[in-house]
Amino acid sequence: MKSSQGRLTRFVLAGLAGSSLLFLALIVLFLFMEGLPIFTLLTASDFFLGMSWYPTANPPDFGIFPLIAGSAAVTLVASGTAIPLGVMTAVWLAEVAPASMRRIGKPLVELLAALPSVVVGLFGMVVVAPLLQDYLGVDSGLNLFNAGLMLAMMSVPTICSITEDALQAVPVSLREASLALGATRWETTVKVVLPSAASGIGTACMLGISRSIGETMVVLMVAGGASLLPLSLFDPVRPLPASIAAEIAEVSFGGEHYHALFAVGLTLFMSTLLFNLVALRIAGNSAEKG
Amino acid sequence: MLLCSLRFRRIWEKFVFSVLCLAALANIAALFGVIFFIAWNALPAMSWEFFSAAPRNSMTEGGVWPCIVGTVMLAVGTVSIAFPLGVASAVYLCEYAGRAPLAKFIRLGVNSLAGVPSIVFGLFGMSFFVITCKLGISLLSGILTLAVLTLPVIISTAEEALRQVPQSLRDASYALGATPGRTVARVVLPAAFPGMLTGAILGLARASGETAAVMFTAAVFFTTKPVDSIFSPVMTLPNHIYVLATSGTQIAKTLPLQYGTALLLLLLVTGMNLLALAARDRLQNRPRF
Repeated sequence: MKSSQGRLTRFVLAGLAGSSLLFLALIVLFLFMEGLPIFTLLTASDFFLGMSWYPTANPPDFGIFPLIAGSAAVTLVASGTAIPLGVMTAVWLAEVAPASMRRIGKPLVELLAALPSVVVGLFGMVVVAPLLQDYLGVDSGLNLFNAGLMLAMMSVPTICSITEDALQAVPVSLREASLALGATRWETTVKVVLPSAASGIGTACMLGISRSIGETMVVLMVAGGASLLPLSLFDPVRPLPASIAAEIAEVSFGGEHYHALFAVGLTLFMSTLLFNLVALRIAGNSAEKG
Repeated sequence: MLLCSLRFRRIWEKFVFSVLCLAALANIAALFGVIFFIAWNALPAMSWEFFSAAPRNSMTEGGVWPCIVGTVMLAVGTVSIAFPLGVASAVYLCEYAGRAPLAKFIRLGVNSLAGVPSIVFGLFGMSFFVITCKLGISLLSGILTLAVLTLPVIISTAEEALRQVPQSLRDASYALGATPGRTVARVVLPAAFPGMLTGAILGLARASGETAAVMFTAAVFFTTKPVDSIFSPVMTLPNHIYVLATSGTQIAKTLPLQYGTALLLLLLVTGMNLLALAARDRLQNRPRF
């Protein structure tokens, strides 16, 4: 009696826990179901490598290469800023700062992650964009550079927090051994601590990149929205999420444009999934090594 | 570096450490920069009317009361679905699954779900809940979409809380003859519950601040209808900011309203996050059993 009741509990809980898998499967299913029909209209290479995205023209063009380039450029600018900044902050918190500062500093950095994306987007639009126009003399402050900076601000906390955890996990004995050999604290950090924490830092960077690729509101409000290949740091771009968010409200259900946007969503989903799986892989490998 | 004198190495270390400190300060500056700019510009908009009235005059005047109602209803609805589900998932993963292969799959699923971009949740919610399940653009569609979105946060916080419960407590319960089910219900869950609540708060914060997943599932530009059922569309604070800032005809005129709404959202979301962080700090530094 008791054991059958135990088995029932276990079964029910497993079913409830399985709901995450179910939702993930439904997401994948619906992205494929609504996205794949676009490929009856044009080939995969026309879609992914096509140079013009004019979905409302007649006949429409559904080439998403400029959108992919926009996403890649924005992510590059964001990661190029956020990875050094995030790792440096984490090293300061874990290796340099006194314990009391760490206890305040880490939550403050994590609070940066709590800023709602639409508020960061508004900040980029009404504060950063005019500054860029006034001081750098660019035509429009809504551009690749601005969006990259705002995205960096949103991914620094992810990178910093995970890197800091990885640094904390490095045994103190390793640090002591290095210090006993006469290395300074900085040399110990560079030659002993950072290499031991490398896989954790790798995970942090991958998750940070994934977050920048998928972030929507910031690129929708700040990136400028032009579906062109970016040639300079101050060109307007239209990354994948911005395109979906800006257009989906106006498409007719089941039309070509609707399917094209779901295919864009599928592309976005696959690329963030890739970075997440790489991140899990790196983390998993190091956990097995112990 | 070997050739360098100790003196030089010390000076170099000081230099590098100050650069690192500057990097850390840059983050804090960004955080306070955003809060300060929004708050400073929002001050002129703050009035009783701003909180209590509905938007008027094609949204250029009035307040944000309907958006507050919509956001709170969405967030509370989301957590009331996602929290029980998340806690049940975490209990299974931590207390029942052991090394079962299913648990490994579920963990992979939860981790992947955590990395799905919010706009993809929006697309999914629109095609599944709004269109396929025929729920329409409604509070319910938004709540269900956001529940899926916040589930990973709640599961991982709840798992963390369960892992912090010392094994000795479980052992003591078993030694008294309690079954595993009774041990979980009477010993483990009560001990882990405060930690799990931080997850619920984080879920509330996440659901309140979310825009992209709600834009096509629950939120509308403007509605005068009161929210009288779960099938009504709602106005939300994040969506209101987006709409005012990008698609109004008088964007400059509504600037104070944009700042005001942003400040309100910022206070709501960062306030809840601070609460969760403080609770976590308290729990981590409390005396052990």
